[in-house]
Amino acid sequence: MGKVAVVGAGMTKFVRRAQETGRELAWQAARMALDSAGMTLKDVDAVVIGSAPDAFDGVHMKGEYLADGSGGWRKPTMRNFVGGATGVFAPIQGWYHIASGQFDTVLVVCEEKMSSCHPHPQGAFLTIFDHTTERPLGPNLLWIFAIEMNRYMTVHGITKEEIALVAVKNKRNAMDHPCAQLGEELTVEDVLNSEIMAWPVNRLDVSPASDGAAAVVMCAEHVAKRVTDKPVWVEGVGWHLDTAYWTNRDLYYPRYVEYAARMAYDMAGIKEPRKEINIVEPYDPFDYKELHHLEGLLLCERGEAPRLTADGVTQRDGDLPVCPSGGLLGVGNPIAAAGLMKVCEIFWQLRGEAGKRQVPGTPKRGLAQAWGDLMQVGAVIILGR
Amino acid sequence: MTVRIKEWPGTALSSKDFETGRVLTVHHKPKAEYRWDAGVAIGRYLRELKEGRLIARRCNACGRILLPPRMFCEECFVPTSEWVFVKDTGTVNTFSICHVRWDMVRLKDPQLPAVINVDGASPGMGILHLLGEVRPEDVRVGMRVQAVWKSPEEREGAITDIKYWKPI
Ligand SMILES: [Zn+2]
Repeated sequence: MGKVAVVGAGMTKFVRRAQETGRELAWQAARMALDSAGMTLKDVDAVVIGSAPDAFDGVHMKGEYLADGSGGWRKPTMRNFVGGATGVFAPIQGWYHIASGQFDTVLVVCEEKMSSCHPHPQGAFLTIFDHTTERPLGPNLLWIFAIEMNRYMTVHGITKEEIALVAVKNKRNAMDHPCAQLGEELTVEDVLNSEIMAWPVNRLDVSPASDGAAAVVMCAEHVAKRVTDKPVWVEGVGWHLDTAYWTNRDLYYPRYVEYAARMAYDMAGIKEPRKEINIVEPYDPFDYKELHHLEGLLLCERGEAPRLTADGVTQRDGDLPVCPSGGLLGVGNPIAAAGLMKVCEIFWQLRGEAGKRQVPGTPKRGLAQAWGDLMQVGAVIILGR
Repeated sequence: MTVRIKEWPGTALSSKDFETGRVLTVHHKPKAEYRWDAGVAIGRYLRELKEGRLIARRCNACGRILLPPRMFCEECFVPTSEWVFVKDTGTVNTFSICHVRWDMVRLKDPQLPAVINVDGASPGMGILHLLGEVRPEDVRVGMRVQAVWKSPEEREGAITDIKYWKPI
């Protein structure tokens, strides 16, 4: 397999509601990514688009709709959708387009415009539940997260205070992100005292719905060496799917993340992830999810992630910085774009270009992970310089 | 490159922009209706619910008793083998106390969704349902519960033929 590099990245601000259409947002992110690589659309052989359910935008076949803004017209273009994992799976798709030898340069664009869906974008998620055995009970999306969070807390004896530290950290980190929607200085008490939505989930445990786009340019080794002296290499990729019978699994541990991570570690030749990964951007649409995913990524023992957080290990200047971007909790959660934002963050961090968010110690290797659907899809990408 | 970018694209709109008519939008209300077939396995499951019973499928290859029932075992990838009645008692595996509807409207009385591991099915074979006849603050993981059924005349062959599960 050929080596594949990320050579450019771009994103829009993540906002509650953007004036721009999805195509306009996609164009802005795509254009910024190309500019940052010193490339134009003429250099692009193929385009990968990532976007979550069509129902958010109320547009059928969103990939085709977004294709012009993503530079995909009159090119080999495809859209992928694997739930919340889409934003990390899209660059994996870009990777195999190039590693196969079929293309030299691929533009990867992820967009989400959740504000179009009324009265609340959650409505677009209701069909995730089984139409016969679950939907008649009137479920809403918060149920599954609250139910999973409770199981995780109960099995390990974890408190809401310990989990709230993640929201505090990420929202603070996001204050240094120029595109962040919800960066703010909060206390654990603020999180605990925010409105209860579905116990144990309070409002500040959850990331906001957002509009936004992100993009990266990926290319083969010979192109990367020509266009940049700071290529960031794809060292490992992994993805995995668990059963949609989500009530038949023990939700305290995300097996689908572990299997995706093992695939990526094997490819990267990583034996001891905790020592060999310098920065992590795990998927954090809820604060407990960051902890849950750190455990699934084998970066700590099961049930140990809250202690790492309390000890400051996961702070930006800690031994293992986690979500230095501010994550979905702070930067915002336009589903597919949020996952790719994490890949952009690792790219900028490894190149030493993350500005105020830069983690100390010139990190060599970073990991981004996203998860989706009924807590069942895992996608992992490892980048290194 | 990112540190050199001073102006990031994307224009945030505020409620005021809408109130003052600064933004133009188009509204569309889709009308989509579906009639889902219950299928072979869930069709029988619903018929038994109408009778006030819970039924599962056994896979003789792995020995698991699968609930909800399915006609094929997704792990062994073979047809499942036989119908097995399971009990209408079980244990709360995990739960939530939900105060909002999907559109974020607050509920007067919270809902108590739970994963219930049903007695007679293989360990960990839970189903999603609701708890009732219990104060929210008294619900515990590990709590033993029993299904509370609608009356035979009210039952229609639906998961809601069980009204909720109450502590025993
Ligand atoms: Zn089997």
